[in-house]
Amino acid sequence: MTEGQVPVEEYKTGNTEHKWDLKKIKNAHKILAEYSYKKREIQKGYANHTLYVNLSTGEIKEKKVTEEMKKKFTGGRGFGLKLLWDSIKPTTHWNSEENELIITTGPLCGVTQYPGSGKSLCLTISPSTDIICDSNVGGYFGPYLKFAGFDALEIQGKAKEDVIIVVDGEKGKITIETAPKEETDSHLLAEQLTYMYASEDTDKSRQKISVVSAGKGAEHSYWGCLNFSFFDIRRKVPRLKQAGRGGLGTVLRDKKIKAIVAKVEEFDGVANNPADPKILTRIGTKLHKEIRDLDRHQCNMRTVGTVHLVEIMDEYDLLPTENYRFGSFPKASKIYSPKFYELFTQVIPDGCWHGCTMACAKAVDAFTVMTGPYKEQKVTVDGPEYETCGCGSNMSMWDPLWILEFNFYCDTYGLDTISTGTAIAFYMEMYEYGILNKERCNGLELCFGNADATLELMHRIAKGDKGEFIQVAGKGIRRVKDWLIKKGWGDSQLINDCGMESKGLEYSEYVTKESLAMQGGYGLTLKGPQHDEAWLIFMDMVNNAIPTFEDKAEALHYFPMWRTWFGLNGLCKLPWNDVEPANNAETDDPSKVPEHVQNYVEYQNAVTGWNVDKEELILQSERCYNWQRAMNVWLGRGRRKDDWIPYRSMGPVTELEYNSRKERYDKQLMEQLGLSEGEVEKMNTEEKIKLLYDYRQDRYQKLADAVYYRRGWTPNGVPTPQKMKQLGMDNPKMIKMLQQKINEDEKAGLNVWGGRYNKGKKPPSNDHKYWEKW
Amino acid sequence: MSLEVNGRTVDWVENETVKQLLKRVKYTFPLVVVKINDKVVPRKDFSESIVPDNSKIAVIHMIGGG
Ligand code: SF4
Repeated sequence: MTEGQVPVEEYKTGNTEHKWDLKKIKNAHKILAEYSYKKREIQKGYANHTLYVNLSTGEIKEKKVTEEMKKKFTGGRGFGLKLLWDSIKPTTHWNSEENELIITTGPLCGVTQYPGSGKSLCLTISPSTDIICDSNVGGYFGPYLKFAGFDALEIQGKAKEDVIIVVDGEKGKITIETAPKEETDSHLLAEQLTYMYASEDTDKSRQKISVVSAGKGAEHSYWGCLNFSFFDIRRKVPRLKQAGRGGLGTVLRDKKIKAIVAKVEEFDGVANNPADPKILTRIGTKLHKEIRDLDRHQCNMRTVGTVHLVEIMDEYDLLPTENYRFGSFPKASKIYSPKFYELFTQVIPDGCWHGCTMACAKAVDAFTVMTGPYKEQKVTVDGPEYETCGCGSNMSMWDPLWILEFNFYCDTYGLDTISTGTAIAFYMEMYEYGILNKERCNGLELCFGNADATLELMHRIAKGDKGEFIQVAGKGIRRVKDWLIKKGWGDSQLINDCGMESKGLEYSEYVTKESLAMQGGYGLTLKGPQHDEAWLIFMDMVNNAIPTFEDKAEALHYFPMWRTWFGLNGLCKLPWNDVEPANNAETDDPSKVPEHVQNYVEYQNAVTGWNVDKEELILQSERCYNWQRAMNVWLGRGRRKDDWIPYRSMGPVTELEYNSRKERYDKQLMEQLGLSEGEVEKMNTEEKIKLLYDYRQDRYQKLADAVYYRRGWTPNGVPTPQKMKQLGMDNPKMIKMLQQKINEDEKAGLNVWGGRYNKGKKPPSNDHKYWEKW
Repeated sequence: MSLEVNGRTVDWVENETVKQLLKRVKYTFPLVVVKINDKVVPRKDFSESIVPDNSKIAVIHMIGGG
């Protein structure tokens, strides 16, 4: 036992205990459909079957995973894309009958020897964006789904009443059951189902259950997240990890699914049946040691999780405050990581899957809820993570306890903290400008820092309040922008510039004004502005390592490929580069952490028995990345206009913002736009903002030009048939569709570069149809 | 009497260590690789290594993010 660790038997959370008549609740279940299957061993990381459940028809069946499917789509998110392509139509919307909710695993998911190997990938057509959203999540469900016999779970159709789907890997049986009496909010529901489905009344038995759910907030907003549970054997509570982005929980509740339960028999460290367990153990042991020895001198994730980033972001002017107007704030030290360190219950290890030495999944036990339906109850709060703290600063909330309350209610209501926090921050700015007011907000004084009004808004969303504002607010920034403009309450440019969404999804919590590459990392993405494709702010803004458009484009090719690869395999990104080997600095390219890259090559080979090199790992990602973009095109999106970002993420929108960093911006006008000091002095702030506005928007267009070219796409952002064929993704229906869309763009005059190229500056290619020569 | 730190000009301070320089330019991120004139300074030497005048310094911040 590590120093400071509490013995399992001695630890008590102090949470409020619930007494439920679980027998009575279970007896109210009616079995609507059931299916028995033959249990089988996993072979080299694959269960070789996926599970299909149709809630409208009650059909449950298995589908075989072919070698061709593995070759083209690898697993995880790739399998999800393949299953979606086979099942939806270009006209499918998030609430269409045929839309699917897919949970996948990946060949490395479920390994316990290598840290960070328990991630599930979830996909659907998102209510926020109406294109594919993918979101990764910890907790035990993914590994258990695989151990129960399936690489993916695909749910189509809608139930007529609230149901649960049970994947019983112990009995080899799938059931769809009505669930009329269970709670809906996740912290209660996960507990009820964990106790209800455990084979015995022991913690060990409860640990073999994992529940996926979303609470009442997911029912009444587009911000629904999926909560994946894992039974924490030390705390003796089911804890919750979130697949947060894009409204996956909203789709779950739209299908009338209350929860999905996975149950397993015994499993051990080789349940994934790796081709070469010895190599796996060798590389796993090496990384465990590295994390144990070095984390405390590097990111300190084992002690405080990702909240260590709060102080760093504040110091680098990257912590969003007051709806991204500023990147630092005098009060920010009130929410630095030491404040949360005092609150976290230090009962390590805190991994969200077995064997994760990084153990960053921190929690606060016996937190006393201050408002709403659970007021005065004591609960375990999972987190907060950095992003949730960033939401606090973005709304100008500087009380760690308030952040815990926000975190708790977002989780149990099934609301994505990021979308909720970012959207409310925007509403607050609109309130400050008088575009919103108390009357327009259904009685809420939604100004920056109003902690009570913010929680009240969340409670009212969860209750399904019918107020006009409450209804539209829960649908997110894009819908609120349209609503405000339609009402004629404010200047449309100001509203569009301040609302931090792209593609309909809210931004995550980083200020990007001074990093063009990171603007691309948010905008030139598949699902929308989430930092899980690339996080390039330091490389770009601080290290100054990617100065040209071509350099940035290369980074926006390479790094998303790595992040995609983790999603194909069921891995967590954090052990890749949030810890580094002691000699990493001496390597050729420290930012890529070469030793860890080599680990991943050996890791995938050790599990699957393949013989791939690091170039092939990138190719695996490139295939799926391009496929997903092509599917977005098929769904009528995936073009340059869809990759546009609000100006607030490019530069200062208001005079207040400009003047708060006046020296910086004035200098840029001289150094980057070639103005003299005298010229700058003579200009008023409005004129200076206008100049920067044009300059920075043009830079973003030029970046898009370089990135599309590097990725093998047309100037309008469409993956070319030539590129798809090179990657071996030559499905005739897909190739035909892409050619058709390119022809349509051609007719509409859209196959042109977006940047202004003058004074000897050249676009990526002067050949109008460069891709046809590839 | 100056340094180039990540391509930007910074004043040189006599007898300043790498650790002090990082503090001065507000580079507080823990995962940094420091090179002085292309030569890596081991992290354990940050408190002792003196930054020479006119040197070119790369402070490579390793990517973090949640
Ligand atoms: S690093 Fe953290 S988030 Fe990733 S698998 Fe480990 S505990 Fe989970």
